[in-house]
Amino acid sequence: MANVTIRDLNKNYDNGFHAVKDVNLEIRDKEFVVLVGPSGCGKTTTLRMVAGLEEITSGQILIGENVVNDLPPMDRNIAMVFQNYALYPHKSVYQNMAFGLQMRKYPQQEIEKRVREAADILGIGPLLDRKPRQLSGGQRQRVAVGRAIVRHPEVFLFDEPLSNLDAQLRVQMRVELKRLHERLETTAIYVTHDQVEAMTLGDRVVVMKDGWVQQVGEPLELYGKPANRFVAGFIGSPSMNFVDVIINELGGALYAEAQMLRLSVPPQHQDRVRAHLGGRLTLGVRPEALRLASGADPAGYCFDTAVDVVEPLGNEILLNFRAGGAPMVARVDPAVRVRAHENIRLAVDPARVHFFDEKSAAAI
Amino acid sequence: MVIERKWKKWLMFYIPMAVFIVFTLFPFYWMAVTAMRPDGELYRTFRQANATPFWTLEPTLEHFKGLLQTTAFPQWLWNTMLIAVVSTIISLICGMFAGYALARLKFRGSEFLGTIIFITYLVPQTLLFIPLADIIRNMQLGNTPWALMLTYPTFLIPFCTWLLMGYFKTIPRELEECARIDGATRFGAMIRIIFPVAIPGILSAGIFAFTLSWNEFIYALIFMSSAELKTVPVGVVSELIRGDIFFWGQLMAGALLGSIPVALVYSFFVEYYVTGLTGSVKG
Amino acid sequence: MSAAAPTERGRVSPLVRLLESESVLATALLVPGVLILVLFIAYPFVMALWYSLTSIRVGEAGQFVGLANFAKAWNDTIFQTAFKNTVFYTFWATIFKLALGMWLALLLNRSFRFKRIVRASMLLPFIIPTVLSAFAWRWMFDPTFSVMNWVLYHSGVITDRLPFLSDGDWAMWCAVAVNTWRGMPFFAITLLAGLQTISPDLHEAAALDGASAWHRFWHVTWPLLLPVTLVVVVFSVIQTFSDFQLIYVLTGGGPANSTHLIATYAYQVGVASGLLGEGAALSLFMFPVLFAVVWVQLRYMKRMEGH
Repeated sequence: MANVTIRDLNKNYDNGFHAVKDVNLEIRDKEFVVLVGPSGCGKTTTLRMVAGLEEITSGQILIGENVVNDLPPMDRNIAMVFQNYALYPHKSVYQNMAFGLQMRKYPQQEIEKRVREAADILGIGPLLDRKPRQLSGGQRQRVAVGRAIVRHPEVFLFDEPLSNLDAQLRVQMRVELKRLHERLETTAIYVTHDQVEAMTLGDRVVVMKDGWVQQVGEPLELYGKPANRFVAGFIGSPSMNFVDVIINELGGALYAEAQMLRLSVPPQHQDRVRAHLGGRLTLGVRPEALRLASGADPAGYCFDTAVDVVEPLGNEILLNFRAGGAPMVARVDPAVRVRAHENIRLAVDPARVHFFDEKSAAAI
Repeated sequence: MVIERKWKKWLMFYIPMAVFIVFTLFPFYWMAVTAMRPDGELYRTFRQANATPFWTLEPTLEHFKGLLQTTAFPQWLWNTMLIAVVSTIISLICGMFAGYALARLKFRGSEFLGTIIFITYLVPQTLLFIPLADIIRNMQLGNTPWALMLTYPTFLIPFCTWLLMGYFKTIPRELEECARIDGATRFGAMIRIIFPVAIPGILSAGIFAFTLSWNEFIYALIFMSSAELKTVPVGVVSELIRGDIFFWGQLMAGALLGSIPVALVYSFFVEYYVTGLTGSVKG
Repeated sequence: MSAAAPTERGRVSPLVRLLESESVLATALLVPGVLILVLFIAYPFVMALWYSLTSIRVGEAGQFVGLANFAKAWNDTIFQTAFKNTVFYTFWATIFKLALGMWLALLLNRSFRFKRIVRASMLLPFIIPTVLSAFAWRWMFDPTFSVMNWVLYHSGVITDRLPFLSDGDWAMWCAVAVNTWRGMPFFAITLLAGLQTISPDLHEAAALDGASAWHRFWHVTWPLLLPVTLVVVVFSVIQTFSDFQLIYVLTGGGPANSTHLIATYAYQVGVASGLLGEGAALSLFMFPVLFAVVWVQLRYMKRMEGH
């Protein structure tokens, strides 16, 4: 039961690599926070510093009210699930789960009770006498989680725990982890490079890149109001379409123009975009904010293009095309019949258009 | 597989292999035959018509009896065993600790120390035996088993450290990290998690170190002077040759008996020994 | 969720807590081993350097004599012979061990019945104490009772005995043979381990390209085996160059001091005659050669790490 506070956290490795830069984060009690980003973004390093496995170069980490900077991992009352599970190969499942309690000198009876309890929750009761090498990937994963929950720690740390599972099992375990968190109500920090995992699991998601925190927010907030071009492109699949545009004014109305493309600037952006009149911006629009134009769509939000590749996925169709000199994807209704190389007219949902500064990449 | 003709297989494989086997094993056969041959048969020159060097019609145990009655052979065997076991254990403990520190811990000078240990690994015993004999004498260790139990580790520790360092590096770091989060100290994680997981490597290092100690000669020759404190190799050399006379029957019986323990240990742990052997030269 | 663990902090003693620091723990772990190595390798090495510059004998302190011991050795014909013998012995034994060891490794790399037991028994010469097996060889080389003379005599190859160990030149070749016998398995098994890491696909691909067995060896196996070969050769050179036991048993340096190696001669002078200073100086003549070999090896390892 604890919140975790991270203040001005930095990590410099001996070889000069600056892995984590000025990270500030307030994780509330019982919250499930996901750190997500491409590899090398500093998410795992941050997690390892919370665990005490990595020395802190500068800044502070608090668990509850205590600064834990100098506490060894054994004194932090945390539990961690590793990507490769890190099950002790010479110990049985039971011994694996009991180890943490034995180290903390719990009475035998209490250990037994807690291990059985956790095994029941995870459905690994019949496996308690097996050795890790006799288990399947999914079973190992459960044991690793079980080993963490028997401890009743203040904070759970997950380091890409699902990456070694096959796709189907990953989806299943994702749901189970979510259910488990709801049941245990323990603060959790979860690291992943998979934005879908981040969005489905996190109460809040922290997007990181190159050691910097890009944005912190609830999943739908990140999706709907990305703070910058990186977050916009990273969250959502297929990712947001970007096109470099020049802002022009024609008869009092603002237009974003690119090669063979001219779109009206939607009213909610007018004021901020006007400041860039004559300058360059990056326009972003999600594939699902595009649809085949009908007569009712205002001409200012429509454009013509030729379909390059059609990907019929069943529940949706992805249309690949080029517009404004950039490759783009539209995600349209499966009922639509479009063939490759056909000329089509697409409409943009004006409420879902984003503008980003060309240099700083920040949202405007 | 690349297919080959039958005659070619004989020429390229069976015949050379047979020659290798005979070349490798004949001396041991010769040892055994000599040890069981009565003296009367033993000393027939190669020109004598009745010489039958490859076998004997009257096998006898008289040389073994003579060996056990006239020398302290059982005592030598026990000394060798004790010294080999103790020096192996000392070296394993030092090697496990040092290997772990070099493989896993970050500290200043770790690379330098690793190089130094590798260099000591390559220092032959014959380079330093003269001053070492003096040092042993000054420490009052001369003519005690400790002289060997403490000096054998000089060539075993670098080897064990080197081999185990390589083995520890193959164990995922997460295992000990997880143990430390589970509440173990660094030291506890090493003892309770890493060492048990490294048992195959430790066994390899131990078996190899044991055979090396059993084989050692020059230190044992110089540091031990009383007949009853000698190791098998030294005892056989110094007690079974009186003046210019070689008691070949007893010598070979001693060689045979002295080889059996180490050959037994080896035969039980061939795979571990081979791992130790091939690991000993990995950079 | 239930209460926190019984005694979260203070569960382990302050001493153990101190070991949580990586450098403190590393120091504690390294001390026992390093202590033994300092005491019985570094210290004797310094002593050896000091002894070699003095006239110390057993029971006699001796005084500083500069490089006199080295100069004496340099002009000593027995030492000159011993040095030549050592180089000769190391060179030929290494060549034979490498060639035969490689051949044996290639044979053992094929699949055949009883492979495991054959492989295991091939290592016997390396396991059995050298002194003991060297006695078997000495007995086989015995001038009057030699089994080899018997075989050659009765098959009509010779009419008179061969002077295996009673002639200096013959004896050196005999020593090379025994050293080869003992060291070959080490080469064979380590090279075999190297061979087993080479994918059979490579050989099959080369065979499909029409390469002969010799070509396959020379263009596929040998280059891939080169790194492990170099390391094995380095180890073997060091061991052979500093060898003592084999000559000690086979010839004892005789006849007429013609088969001494540096180590056996240093033993004779330093231990048997008690001239510690001169003996130490003789041993140290091995040092430049060993140092050069180790240096080459370290350079090579550094380069491999760089890749």
